[in-house]
Amino acid sequence: MAPVLSARDISKSFGPVEVLGGIDLDLEPGRVHAVIGENGAGKSTLMRILSGHLPATRGRLLLDGEEVRFSDPVAAERAGIVLVHQEILLAPDLTVAQNLFLGREPRRGLFADDAAMERRAAAALAELGADIAPDAPVRRLSIAERQLAQIARALVEPYRVVILDEPTAVLTPIESEALFAAIDRLRGTGVAILYISHRLPEVKRIADTITVLRDGRHVATRPAAELEPLDMARLMVGRELSRLFPEKAFAAPDAPVLLEAERVSVPGFAEDVSFTVRAGEILGFGGLIGAGRSEVFEGVMGLRKRSGTVRIDGRPLHASGAGEALDAGLAYLSEDRKGKGLLLNQSLAANLTLAALARFTRGAFIDAQAERRALDHAFEEFDIRAGSRELLAGELSGGNQQKLLIAKMMLLEPRIVVFDEPTRGIDIGTKQQIYAFVAALAAQGKAVVVISSEMPELIGLAHRVIVMRHGRIAGEVAGARLTEQDIVTLATGVGEGAAAAA
Amino acid sequence: MHETRSHETTSIEPGTKGETPARRPARRRRIDMRALSPFIALAVLLVLGAFTSPVFLSVENLTNVATRASFIAIIAVGATFVIAAGGLDLSVGSMAALTAGVMILAMNAVGGADVSTIAIGMAVALGVALACGLFNGLVVTFGRIEPFIVTLGGMGIYRALVVFLAAGGTITMTDWDLRETYRPIYFGDVLGVPIPVIVFLVVAAVAAVVLYKTPFGRHVVAIGSNEDVARFSGVPIRRVRTLTYVIQGLCVGIAILVYVPRLGSATPTTGLLWELQAITAVVIGGTALKGGTPFVWGTVVGALILELVANIMVLSDFVSEYLVGAVQGAIIIIAMLVQRSLQRGR
Repeated sequence: MAPVLSARDISKSFGPVEVLGGIDLDLEPGRVHAVIGENGAGKSTLMRILSGHLPATRGRLLLDGEEVRFSDPVAAERAGIVLVHQEILLAPDLTVAQNLFLGREPRRGLFADDAAMERRAAAALAELGADIAPDAPVRRLSIAERQLAQIARALVEPYRVVILDEPTAVLTPIESEALFAAIDRLRGTGVAILYISHRLPEVKRIADTITVLRDGRHVATRPAAELEPLDMARLMVGRELSRLFPEKAFAAPDAPVLLEAERVSVPGFAEDVSFTVRAGEILGFGGLIGAGRSEVFEGVMGLRKRSGTVRIDGRPLHASGAGEALDAGLAYLSEDRKGKGLLLNQSLAANLTLAALARFTRGAFIDAQAERRALDHAFEEFDIRAGSRELLAGELSGGNQQKLLIAKMMLLEPRIVVFDEPTRGIDIGTKQQIYAFVAALAAQGKAVVVISSEMPELIGLAHRVIVMRHGRIAGEVAGARLTEQDIVTLATGVGEGAAAAA
Repeated sequence: MHETRSHETTSIEPGTKGETPARRPARRRRIDMRALSPFIALAVLLVLGAFTSPVFLSVENLTNVATRASFIAIIAVGATFVIAAGGLDLSVGSMAALTAGVMILAMNAVGGADVSTIAIGMAVALGVALACGLFNGLVVTFGRIEPFIVTLGGMGIYRALVVFLAAGGTITMTDWDLRETYRPIYFGDVLGVPIPVIVFLVVAAVAAVVLYKTPFGRHVVAIGSNEDVARFSGVPIRRVRTLTYVIQGLCVGIAILVYVPRLGSATPTTGLLWELQAITAVVIGGTALKGGTPFVWGTVVGALILELVANIMVLSDFVSEYLVGAVQGAIIIIAMLVQRSLQRGR
């Protein structure tokens, strides 16, 4: 069948870094085309180009064989192409129905037709099997419900191409099944669907065709029937997965406890969380997005209001701000590199020394030469790659930003290091470097915590994993029980059978 | 830091992995433009002024302009700290009036025409201004209220206090001998350079060192760039932010020390719209209102530009001098448009 939307030789560069090169893709009506790849493989960039969120640096888009150019997402939507974002992009104070029709409200005369909106919203939500009142404000919805509402937004209009970006990331297996059923119905009506995911079993379940990207390049396009999840993984990574992680060097069971949290609660996010980390240990924190993991550690650091006790080397830590925790030897590397980790519009040196600035003074003044030496040292030690040392932090690629953030926190010589999603949006080569570094830290006798939503990362790196659900600890897995299935079961709170489907 | 940096980095090493060098120089040029544009505007104004009137380029006229610009320049240097940290202070004009009024009342109360009387007055002035700044800073940080609202409230409070102290009239230095003693601080000069000009140059130089060379200055920039990043890096946000308002108060106090000997009085209209001029000077100088990129010397040039525009309007018959405020108001809008256009092309 003739494709609705085709990409020809699509390429995209951000500054010096080409993140996507020479991609061809055909989306046919009534078929689900899955695009898979590791984080940083270029999946998100590709679909943002297809949906008008980003201009391509090179290449052409063909709609029904005619070349098109979308200046913005609105132009793409008018042409019948809609992207359902992974992040929640809904106005919290508007109702579900108002959000579904935001910017294209049906009118009756001068006024928005609320009744019609709610009727059509209810129909779209029912199709997804979502039990959400259309007149409920989005603020009151759970993360999963918001994701479903966002998907419903793509159903209320007769789009020709629907692009779904990791729609199941925050859904429970049951909600995922309802979504797959809705996708099946959508496929039946002749809509072309582009499905982005790195959950391979669900790709196998839902896709007709699979395209694999690796490091911004097209690797393969095959019928889904020909590929098993294991084949997909091999194509995605391009080498054996097991070599990605260093050997685990378990800490002695009597190693001293460096960090201890006792009944830590962060109002609105986490309740009654207790754990300990020993010297030389890598403790994983698993769970769905929104389970409260980051908030727990922001609370431990004193960056959020918290109750409960936190002890470092047995000495209690107040919740008075990050300064005290950093001084005590506890460093937290936020998952939000761009929002909480680095000053994007400032120099690399200023970023590197910000947390440890007191170590870079001579008298009352900053020692600029010492800063420059530290930057040279960081470039070498952490293999930071940048054309010039005079760039701004925002001009580095994601992987190099993460390395700079690690270098910044290591200047404080912490003994307890918390990595929050350390490899999000980072290419596989850099991932491997970061894993090696995390393992080396533990081998040096530091206590390490890794918060991650990527199961392989937790399993490959952590000595034991605490799983959180809805702000509470759902359980802990270690040894033989340190498997994807056990973590998912704890994270979702759903029995074995359903968890296997995820 | 930024002004010097732009000179150091004109040449860029070739990239490691197939970089496209076309993009990079464009950004460098933009940073340059940002630091340079106030100086270019200043040069253009000087040329324009020279055509307008034969007396414009005389040393007498230009030193006069620089002297008159000194109050706003000093206050705007303080505003550079506040704005660099992502804050705003609308109360500086009222704060200046209150400081001047209390200073004069204090000197009148002490009496005498000695230097010691003036010293007491100065101490009182600095105390009042610092207290006002501290009040603004503490309410912003510990009260967690938008600086716009806090300083709008401060603006009303300080202004009303002057009106109250002056009973709606004028607060005047009563002792004419004291006026004579104090007079040189505004009208005097050292080797031909008016004392107010020396004061604002010293204030700006100290401010530049503090902003660009000390950990405190780095913290100000960090907070203005991204408060969350600063918080996660252990920067003491409240202390640093409060201090920026205290520095603003200090600068208002210093400006008033130079201002009072000029007229020897304070009225309910003293310092009217100075907040507009100070913020305008900062913005013309290239400092972004959203914080994070302070240009101290740009701010000083911005203050000079404002006074030059007024001077040119007075010297020429082109536009009525009653419209000076309108022109200065237009300048801040134009400066913002220029900044915006320099930011595009990312």
